[in-house]
Amino acid sequence: MKPVFTYTKGMRDVDTSYCPGCTHGVAHRLIMETLEEMGKLGDVIGVTPIGCSIVAHEFMDIDMCESAHGRAPAVAAGIRRAQPDKVVFTYQGDGDLASIGMGEIVHAAARGEKFTTFFINNGIYGMTGGQLAPTTLIGQKATTAVDGRTREQFGMPIRMCELLSTLDGAIYVERVALNSPAHIRKAKQAVRTALELQEKRLGFTFIEFLSTCPTNWGLTPPEALKWVEEKMIPYYPLGNFRKPEEV
Amino acid sequence: MTEKVLMKGNEAFAEAAIRGGCRFYFGYPITPQSEIPEYMSRELAKRGGTFVQAESELAAVNMAYGCAAAGGNVFISSSSPGIALMQEGMSFLCSAEVPVVVLNVSRGGPGVGGIQPGQADYFQATRGGGNGDYHIPVFAPLGIQEAVDLIYEAPQIADRYRNPVMVLVDGMMGQMMEPLRLPEARPFVATEEIAAYKPWSLTGKAAKGGKRRVVKSLLLKPEQLEEHVEQLFEKYALAEKELVRFETIGLEKADVVFVAFGTISRLVAESIELLAAEGIRAGMIRPISLWPFPYAAFEQIDYTTTKAVISAELSMGQMIGDVKMGVNGRLPVQLIHRTGGIVPTSLEIVEKTKAILQGVK
Repeated sequence: MKPVFTYTKGMRDVDTSYCPGCTHGVAHRLIMETLEEMGKLGDVIGVTPIGCSIVAHEFMDIDMCESAHGRAPAVAAGIRRAQPDKVVFTYQGDGDLASIGMGEIVHAAARGEKFTTFFINNGIYGMTGGQLAPTTLIGQKATTAVDGRTREQFGMPIRMCELLSTLDGAIYVERVALNSPAHIRKAKQAVRTALELQEKRLGFTFIEFLSTCPTNWGLTPPEALKWVEEKMIPYYPLGNFRKPEEV
Repeated sequence: MTEKVLMKGNEAFAEAAIRGGCRFYFGYPITPQSEIPEYMSRELAKRGGTFVQAESELAAVNMAYGCAAAGGNVFISSSSPGIALMQEGMSFLCSAEVPVVVLNVSRGGPGVGGIQPGQADYFQATRGGGNGDYHIPVFAPLGIQEAVDLIYEAPQIADRYRNPVMVLVDGMMGQMMEPLRLPEARPFVATEEIAAYKPWSLTGKAAKGGKRRVVKSLLLKPEQLEEHVEQLFEKYALAEKELVRFETIGLEKADVVFVAFGTISRLVAESIELLAAEGIRAGMIRPISLWPFPYAAFEQIDYTTTKAVISAELSMGQMIGDVKMGVNGRLPVQLIHRTGGIVPTSLEIVEKTKAILQGVK
């Protein structure tokens, strides 16, 4: 018998700590599958953030380190200097990247750092229990905005792809979603493109994944996928924001 | 032995770090140490190293962490408020057991403070400015030559303990020039040698026969965290045996003993000569390691002749607590100090010492 499907060697054979319906697992798998297809599982160093995915190193079977809250891009910049020949990436959530780590991500992009950032945007602080994130939508409820986000109190949600694509050091900026098979297929293509561009050392590469947090959104997993489609995508449009001419 | 050269402190510190094998530097401008990132930006690339100007001290220390976790020998520097910003990284480096050499060219505080030399970072350096149970070996040279020698040695201590090591100087030493001899340069560790040189580091698992490495500081289970911290403290206990360094001057039959480190210890040495001319025998304990603090040095005080111990500091008195622990109630401990960036003259120290001796007679 010929197997038609096997799990990627990039993931360890352990249960993840993610909630049912969370799309971290999908994002993990896409990145690890792509690295396996590129033959890079032995030559990659990843940086985990603060948040639910700090323990991504329990699941991804590669060299990894943790980072302090928001600092993953600085840590990856350091790794890149010591290991110029490896694939380097950060994996960060929206509280980590778009709030406390805004300085580090903007300057990594501005310097054209030669690593890839995988940005998981689920519009909420997951690990700390559902507080308002810089990406929480207007009207969306959070434990620090129980009546929903208002512009007056919290300002407007930050669109990271649009912001980073203004920086010339960021050569590839793409937003994808993980809420349907079709979107997931496109997401995997984006992962491949970003990592291939990193291998050419042309500059900073960035992918934003619109993701789910059913637990803190108070929705079932199917409702959460629908919520991405109906609420998130209209505010966070999918597609490419910056790419080199050759792509 | 290399020939004697005249160099500005900050440039000599940078050169010593390069010669000590530090191939990577991440920095941010701050007075009175900005000559260090400037020197590194000029020199490192020429010699096969890498300089990065970070967007903040917070980014610099985290770049240092990433680079050192990936096996690079890293040197970072800043001055007091910048070192304060780096404390998040110091705590993280200690827990993750990643070696980095840190230089603090300190100035007066609190807050933005001033840009003149100060020693008010003693607490920040020796008590752990960051969160959690950890220690950082801290060495406080009295001049540029000793600083050069300690910065040159520091990577070896950091690597042996897999812990950050700090050299604490002040803006006076950073900005002045002194004659010195630079040590012979150690070669940089080449990228392809890192996996064998630091087998715990992140090099991609293929470089280590497929065995992966994780560098981390999160331990959610209290039992695991307790065990981890206890293991760190086994290392620190060893450091307390191996890394204690101090110098003593004239403790025998002394009337009064100073305890002073860094810049003010040089002024105290001059005050000791001035006091001798007036028939007062004064000695000094000069801590070189501030952590571990040389408590054992206080056993060398002649308690039959000495009437007082004076902690001389460029702060409101931060080391004096350690001095009292060393003296352990055997003598009165007094403070002579200036702060805010003011350095007293040796005559001022003499006058204050005579007043203290009047009081304890």
